[in-house]
Order: sequence, then structure tokens, then C-alpha cells
Amino acid sequence: MIANFGFGILLVTFFVTVYSAVTASVSNPKGLALVFCGIPTRQTRLIADWLEKRDNPQQSAALVESARRAMLLAWPLLTLASGLLIYLLINNHFEVQFVYEVTSRSMPTYLKVTAWWGGQAGSLLFWSWLMSAFASLVTLRKWDRDREFLPWVILVLCVTLAFFIGMTVFFENPFAQLYQTPAGVEAYLIQPADSILFTPEDGRGLNPLLRHPGMIIHPPMLYLGFVSFVVPFAFAIAALITGRTDDRWIRITRRWTLWAWLFLTLGLVLGGRWAYDVLGWGGYWGWDPVEIAAFMPWLTGTAFLHSVMIQEKRGMLKHWNMLLIILTYDLVIFGTFLTRSGVLSSVHAFAQSAIGPLFFGYIVVTFVASVGLIIYRWGSLRSETEMTSLLSREALFLFNNLLFMSILVVCFWGVIYPLTSELFTGSKVTVGPAYYERANGPLFAALMFLMGIAPLSAWGHSTLKTLGRAIWKPTLVAVVITAIIYTTYTQNVYAIIGFFLVAYVILVTLYEYLRGARARQKSRGENIFTALWNLTGRDRRRYGGYIIHLSMMLMAIGILGIELFQLETQGTLEVGQQKSIGGYDVKYDEIAQFIGPDGREVTRAVLSVYQDGAYLGELYPRIDYYFDAQQQMTIPGQRSTLKDDLYILLVSWEPASATGATFKIFVNPLVNWLWMGSLLFLVGIVIAAWPDKEPERVVVRAEKRIRQASAAD
Amino acid sequence: MKINKFVIGGLLILGAVVFLIWNAASSTSEFFLTIDELQAKGPDIVDKNLRVSGAVLGDTIQYDPQTLTLTFEVAHVPADGPDIETEGGLAEALYQATIDPSRARMTVVYIGVKPDLLRHEAQAIVTGHLGADGIFYADELLLKCPTRYEEAIPDQAG
Repeated sequence: MIANFGFGILLVTFFVTVYSAVTASVSNPKGLALVFCGIPTRQTRLIADWLEKRDNPQQSAALVESARRAMLLAWPLLTLASGLLIYLLINNHFEVQFVYEVTSRSMPTYLKVTAWWGGQAGSLLFWSWLMSAFASLVTLRKWDRDREFLPWVILVLCVTLAFFIGMTVFFENPFAQLYQTPAGVEAYLIQPADSILFTPEDGRGLNPLLRHPGMIIHPPMLYLGFVSFVVPFAFAIAALITGRTDDRWIRITRRWTLWAWLFLTLGLVLGGRWAYDVLGWGGYWGWDPVEIAAFMPWLTGTAFLHSVMIQEKRGMLKHWNMLLIILTYDLVIFGTFLTRSGVLSSVHAFAQSAIGPLFFGYIVVTFVASVGLIIYRWGSLRSETEMTSLLSREALFLFNNLLFMSILVVCFWGVIYPLTSELFTGSKVTVGPAYYERANGPLFAALMFLMGIAPLSAWGHSTLKTLGRAIWKPTLVAVVITAIIYTTYTQNVYAIIGFFLVAYVILVTLYEYLRGARARQKSRGENIFTALWNLTGRDRRRYGGYIIHLSMMLMAIGILGIELFQLETQGTLEVGQQKSIGGYDVKYDEIAQFIGPDGREVTRAVLSVYQDGAYLGELYPRIDYYFDAQQQMTIPGQRSTLKDDLYILLVSWEPASATGATFKIFVNPLVNWLWMGSLLFLVGIVIAAWPDKEPERVVVRAEKRIRQASAAD
Repeated sequence: MKINKFVIGGLLILGAVVFLIWNAASSTSEFFLTIDELQAKGPDIVDKNLRVSGAVLGDTIQYDPQTLTLTFEVAHVPADGPDIETEGGLAEALYQATIDPSRARMTVVYIGVKPDLLRHEAQAIVTGHLGADGIFYADELLLKCPTRYEEAIPDQAG
């Protein structure tokens, strides 16, 4: 009953969003006529003429209002549908296929709620729900200055929404129920003739791998990031259609983009943390196609964040920004599909799903249509100024963009390599993590290098001389630090290059901070702390950005550490035996097996850790066996310090045999810096994205003044 | 003049990226083969970087925790989407592979931790090389259990 009701609500929501999209698009015949003018055939000319004649401002405003209200309905409707689904999940309604697949009686209630996004059908609904919330939020802003954008923003948001809800309604419905027919048990949306509802005794339970705090927050974060990138895209398309192609759309969506980026980054980091804690292979990132699918919109989004600044400050790269946001949008759609569809972890499997071709079709159509709009508006997107100096800030930003695109190309090429190689050579060839590391390593290094010089270069024109004057001090200190690292820590070439760049970027960033604060100190007589505080407050995007740069460097330290210096050993120990690795001595004390509260059998070992004879504590690696899902999970015992992580896995232990237990032990140097970096990242981006109290214009002027001060220094 | 500088810079980056991709791909790429294809290639394929997918035969899994040596057999499953579709989906294709004794089989040896997902009818994707003895020495072992997600129909209860 409830499931049928939920299905009905979804259907209604689908029609509401379709109505909203259609109404929004017909509300402005003039705008629509412009679009048709772009296609130079006689028929479209006629349609355009006809549309032009139908222009009626009063009626148009009424239609837009109608579309807007319809869009506002989507969120309450989807909230109701989601509430119904959660009700079904909590109350063990196993006759609903989705509930049967992702929950079981032994799961605690909070996990049953989060099972909402534990499977494909539910997570599509979750995506749509977030999207509708954001669509409602967008309409709440003040539109007076941007009325002409409204119908087109509604159009884009509602087309996206309708596509996802349509997927949920027609292909991946979380409300489909199981029916017993003469042919067997099958899931149907509507009860077929001579069948009875089939209710299994218990559900199959959420995959235990997904029952982890990281995995509970990771998908919503990633989805928030994905969904909020739709908003800047909607404004970009609105700008293209209305022909208002100045940087207004960028200014409106600046904060959206930053929040989108925040969530996406956090989603990626949490995914890494989950892999580190749960997957039990001592790593955090495996260059799996699914991970890359979530990483690709991050790359274009990051490039976009940087290049919009060029458009705001210098009026350049307008085509490029449009292209970046369009790419980001389509990669978001691609990522949504690929990341949450369970089994699909390769491109081959992708095409096998029923909704795969539809997603591909949607991506192709939206991409072609959007790029068509760019071409149509090509002339009005011309740059206002010209780039002159290779070392100017804008040129360095452009290189930064090219590097991000290069990494994107490397990743994309890696994902499609099996397909292209089969097409051209006949044999399927795949690439693994080694490919991505080798090809991306130098690109990441180049990005870090740019991070170290761009903040010191001036807009418009910079020469080696002016740049050199700004750079030499931090460079010198970085060289000294690197020399110390070389003599005391490592002689590995890659590590030395990496640590040099990290030290250099951190120094440049701090130096730049200090210079700004000094200037304030001198001119306004503030003490250094007030000066730092006010400096950040005055130009939050810039200084928040610097904090983000710093956080990326901390992450880089962690990545260099674990990638280049990871130690591992494995072996079978009897009670009382020891094993040594990386300065640690690990003693196997005891092991116990017991039944946990939520339907799992826990095998837990106790090990004592010593370093140079000093007792440091105990670690408890364990194996959990989940009865409902018939799957076991290996949970590492970890001891984290700033220097390294000791990471112990219990590999196997047979109660009957007297041979002892087998362990695999990793020492992951510096990896904690990766997680600390992500916390600092959070601070930086909140500083950058926090809403302004002052009106925009005043802030922009203040920004310019400070920048001139620091560039002239 | 002014434009040239940027064009040259852009071309240099483009060239560098092409080189990086080519260099990384040529030294790390692996041939993705099914077991039938592997056995058809014969001895040329020995010691090349390979990635092979197959269905795990549960009875053959042996694990020696002392040496961490894992040995198991995999049976041929098709790798292409349409072929898998004709067999009724991946889960069904894997099931068919395990019950059909005429399928080509291959022994895999892997040194390391026994993965949690290794079980009968799982799809194993192994990366490594084929020894001259016909045994596959895997450096990496990836497992997928489509049944976990795809099998929608419960066993008929009561």
C-alpha cells in the first residue's frame, strides 16, 4: 500500500518537473526564437518568426511564476516519497524489493535509514531529493537584477531533475514490490494478474563493507558536491541563452561553486578514509574506474574555480569557463551513474545496465546542446583584454587549467583505454594504478610548482626579474629544508623533489600572508594578529584559497609518505611470538571469537606494540563475519602518529588448528598528514565560501586595493 | 608574436601530456584476456603483463596461512557485454561457468592475504603473468560478487 503510494508520488513529481521545464521554456518566446535563429534553416526561421510574434511580457511573467511554483513543489513531494521509503526501510517491509536488498532485521535503525543510499534505486531518489532541495534554494534568492535568467535556470534544473526522477520511476524504482506469480517471484510496480504479494522472511542486508561511518557520510557528501555543480551550470546555460554573457552568472554562482567543491572534495577524502579503514589493503586510493569517475568532475571543477577568477578580473577565458562548467556537469552525471551502481566497476560493465545507454544518451545530448550554445554565442564571449606576458598571473592560471585538463585527459584515457585499444588493435589492453601514477606524477609536480609561483606573480605583466625578486627568499629556505631532509630522512629522488615542492609552496604561501599582514601593520598600525585577521577578512577568497593550498601540501606530504615509503611484512605468529617492522616490535598476545550484537561473528586478536623496548599500547585487528550477508570484513588495528601509522590486519585464524594466526603489518609513514590536510582544507574553504555581509561591489574594490599593494611590494 | 608564445607553450604541454600518456601506458599496460583467449595465444604470452577474468571454483580454493600462498582455479567467462547478456547476466554467466566441466580452466597462484570476497562463483580479475608451467602468477587479485547486488529474487521461503 505504502509502496504504491510512494510510487504514485514519484510519478506525480515526474510530471510536475516536466510541466515546470516545459512552461519555463515556452514562457519566453523571444528567447526561444533566438535559439531557433541559431540553426540556419528555413523551417527554424519560420518557427522563430512565429515565436517572435507571440511575445507577451505579461503572459510570460505568469508562465515563469507558474513554472517556478511547480518547481517548488518538487522538494516537498520528494521529501514525502523519501519519507515513505525510509518508513518502509525501518519497518522491515521486505516485500519491497529495494528494502529486501539493502536491509535486514539485525541491522540497527540508523543503518536502515542510511540504506536509503545503499543501493542504486534509493540513491537515485536521494540524488533527486538533494537536487530538488537545491532547486528550491536557488529560487529563494533575490532575482530582481537577474529576472531574465530565471526561466532558463528553471528549465535546466527541471530537465535534470526530470531525467533523474524519470530514471527512478521507469527503470530503478525503489518502490517495486515482489509478487509471486505462477512463473516465480518477480518484482513489479503494479500487481500482475493472478499473483500474490511475496514477503521474504528477512532481507539480505546492506553490504557490510558499507556499514562504516565513512561510507555513511561519503555518498551524501559526494552527491551534495555533484548536485551543487548543477546550479552554476544552470546559470551558465541561462547566460548563454539570454546572451547576457558578462561575468554576472559567475558572480551569482561563485559561492555555489565553492560549496560544491567543498562537498566533492570531502566526499573524495572520506571515500579514501573509508578505503583505508575498511578495505584492508593498506591504501586509500586505487585508481579504480569508479574512483576516477568521482575524481574527474573534481578536476574540471577545480580548473573552473581558478579560471573564473581570470574572467572576473581580466575578462578573459569566457569560452573556456563555459566549456569547463559544461564538462563538469556532464562528468557529474557520468559520475553519479558510475559511482553508485554497485557492480559496475569497469567500462565494459557500464554498457550492460539497462539505464547505461540512457545515461550516455543524456550526457551526449546535453553536451552537444550546450556546446552548440557556446558556438552560437561565440562572438559575445570574446576576451576583453589580451594576454601578453607568459609569467603574468593570468598566464599562470591558464597553465594551471591546462594541467588540470591534462590530468583529466590522462584519467579519461586510462578509463577508455580498454575500449580504444580493442577498437584499433583488436586486443583489449588495460592500465592499472602504475599508469596513473607515472603519467600524473609529473603533472601534479608541475601543479605544485605553479602553486608556488602564481601567488607571487602580478596581473597583466610579470618578468623573470620581478618574479625572481619575490621568489628568492622562500626558494632559499626551501632548499635548506630539502637539504636537511636529504641528510636525515631520505635520498629517494622523487621524495626529494616532492618534499622540496611542498616546502617551497608552504613557504611562499606563508610569506605571501606575512607580506600582506606587514603591509597592513605598516599602513594602519595594527598588531600582527589583527592584521592577519583583517587581511583574511578583506579578501576571503584569496586567503581562504591560500589556506586550501597549504592543506593540499599537507595532503601531499601524506601521499608522498605512504606512496614512497610504505613498509609491509606478513607472517604467521604463535601466541607470544614477535615480529618487527620499521622500528616497531609487535607481540601477539591472544585471540578471541564471539558473537557481536548486530548479527556478526567477531574474531579479535590482541597485539602489544613496542618501540625500542618501550610499551606503546595494544592493537586489535579483527575479522567480522556477517551472517545475513555471508561476508567477512577485515578491520585493521591502527596506531596513528604524525610520523607514521602502524596498520595491522588479521589475515586468518582457524580455531581448530594450533598453528597460530596470520597477520599482515604495514607501516604507512606520514599518512596522517593526509587527513590533517583535509581538516585544514575544511577551514580554508569555509573562509573562502562564507557568505558576505557587505554588498559585492564594495568587496571587489577592497580586493583590488590590497592586491595592488601586494603586487607593488 | 604575442599569440605565438602561448601557442608554443600550449603545444609543449600537449606534447608533454601525449608523451606521459604514451610512456606510462606502454610500460604499464596489461592485456585483458579471457581464459579461452589466453590459451589460444599459446606460449607467446608467457611473461607478458596480463589481466585475466574468470569464475572462481569454490572447491579448488586452498590457502596456506604459513606461506600466505593462495591457490584456486578459475573457469572461463566471456568478457564482452553482449556475450554476458546472452548468458543471462553476469551472475548467471558465472554460475554457468562453474557448473560446465567443458570450460577452459586455469590455476591461479597468489601470495598474500586471502580476500574476503573470494568464494565460489565470484568473478576473479587477476593481474600478473602466465608462467611457462601454465600457472597464472597473480600480483593483484580483484573480486566481484555480482550476486551481492544483482540477484533480486529470494529463495522461495515456506
